[in-house]
Amino acid sequence: MRKRHTPKDRLITVALHVALAAGLFFAAFPIYWMLSSSFKSNTEIFALPPTVLPKAFTLEAYAAILGDPVKLRFFFNSYFVAGAVTVLTVLIALLAAYGFSRFNFRGKGSLNTLIISTQTIPPITLLIPFFGLVVSYGIFDTYVALIVTYLVFTLPYAILLMTGYLNTLPRDLDEAVAVDGGTSWTALWRVIVPISLPGIVATSVYTFLLCWNEFLFALTLTKSTSMRTVPIGIQLLMGQHAFEWNQMMAMSVLGSLPLLLIYLVAQRFFLAGMTAGSVK
Amino acid sequence: MTRQKRSHHRLKRAAAPYLYLSPSLLIIGLLMLLPMVTVIGYSFQNSAVLRRDPSFAGLKHYHAIFADPVFWASLWHTLYFTCMSVIFHMTIGMVFALMLNSDRINPTLRNILRVLYILPWLFTAVIIAVIWRLLLEPNGVVNSVLMQMGIIGSKVEWFSSTATALHAVTFANIWAGYPLFMVSLLAGLQGIPKDFYEAADIDGAKAYQKLIFITIPQLMPIIISISLLDFIWTMQVFPLIWITTGGGPIYSTEVLSTYTYKLAFSSYNLSQASASAVVILLISLGLTLFYIRYQKAR
Repeated sequence: MRKRHTPKDRLITVALHVALAAGLFFAAFPIYWMLSSSFKSNTEIFALPPTVLPKAFTLEAYAAILGDPVKLRFFFNSYFVAGAVTVLTVLIALLAAYGFSRFNFRGKGSLNTLIISTQTIPPITLLIPFFGLVVSYGIFDTYVALIVTYLVFTLPYAILLMTGYLNTLPRDLDEAVAVDGGTSWTALWRVIVPISLPGIVATSVYTFLLCWNEFLFALTLTKSTSMRTVPIGIQLLMGQHAFEWNQMMAMSVLGSLPLLLIYLVAQRFFLAGMTAGSVK
Repeated sequence: MTRQKRSHHRLKRAAAPYLYLSPSLLIIGLLMLLPMVTVIGYSFQNSAVLRRDPSFAGLKHYHAIFADPVFWASLWHTLYFTCMSVIFHMTIGMVFALMLNSDRINPTLRNILRVLYILPWLFTAVIIAVIWRLLLEPNGVVNSVLMQMGIIGSKVEWFSSTATALHAVTFANIWAGYPLFMVSLLAGLQGIPKDFYEAADIDGAKAYQKLIFITIPQLMPIIISISLLDFIWTMQVFPLIWITTGGGPIYSTEVLSTYTYKLAFSSYNLSQASASAVVILLISLGLTLFYIRYQKAR
């Protein structure tokens, strides 16, 4: 046991706490500033000296965002696209992960390597051919274009995440089904899926998050205001309203809510997804 | 079971994994591998995408890119932005992880701080860009505080001056990205066996010696793989730069992704943009190969 009462030791503990406070300021101040600015009037945001707490607390920025059907549509689009992609991705990834986790087959190693490497393909490289494809199939500026594109980017992560989870489940379970004469398909739905909920939740959370954050493809493959998602909406707001900073901050807060809520409610699943593929 | 039935069963068993994998492989093949081939094709065509019967261009578009000083500037900015980001992500992530792992702080405080330190990670690139634009506005809070402290004499236009813009976007990206390292290293720290430290204590090792000879070597595999991934992903960053500076002023923050995007969707020179996209792809693939080799060697 270390001695804890020497003056030098106490000094180190104090220094550590000072450093922790500095770290906290670094990490959290920008976010605090976004939050507090969203409750200020636009003139107060640039008041000198800056007000740390809103002096005249107001919800006008939120009222402006939530009262505008155009902006609500951005939110609907983001939720709809991210939701649809999540359902599709999890279903398709579950099947692939089951194949990877429960069977030995020729080419398994190379297919796994292929999937790991697709994670690093630069989005900008795929953007141009996707643009060509989307235009030639006449799905430019539609939900389908976004959903199909996002699916491609979420799938590799989802497969790796789900495979990792399925590998932790004992094989006796599905072998019991095989002994009873059931097929692997029966084993998947009767046995594996019901006990895979944590893995499915983590995969869904991560997929949703990737879609919610996507910017480049949403920017390029949609055009009309009614098809835009939240990230593009924030950019549009910056152009149109000549720096209504309080509205921009309110929209940013609203746009971050789903991720913050998921993080606070399901931290474990969230982190599982965020570090997937990196700590293997 | 009859022999016929059994062989039928075995066939089914052999085909099963491919059936389970087929939807995924179909999507990855058609929408990822095929487009990669397509974009390489585009880079050798004149008026790719825009014309139905594009003519063969040979290496023309690659020559055009390599002769463009903006391309080389973009490459240099990408390199600076990426290297600085990765180095500081790693350093900050390591310092935060070590601080959180210290037994000098009480567990409740540790848990609260862990949640708060992760915060920057929860925000979308666009929102991070907007937050930093507000903070670094000429009339914004950063300038006002720095002026009061006497660090700067007059208002600095962080994002719209060629002297500071690249540093400013890099700083914003450093802020946004360190939690990946922090979380991974924290998990790594918790996996180091306690006896290592106990043995070092018996030998009378100092704290910094334990850090250099036990902690860092034990964390090395995590440090290397996260650095490689972070490098690859940071190299591809687009929205943060697009929203804060758009690559300006006068190309001072132009990176490969914004350079390519502008060629494609501002100048509609999709062939040349494809050539640039292929160059980015090749760099990424090279690094990916390195990453996979490293993972396999472990």
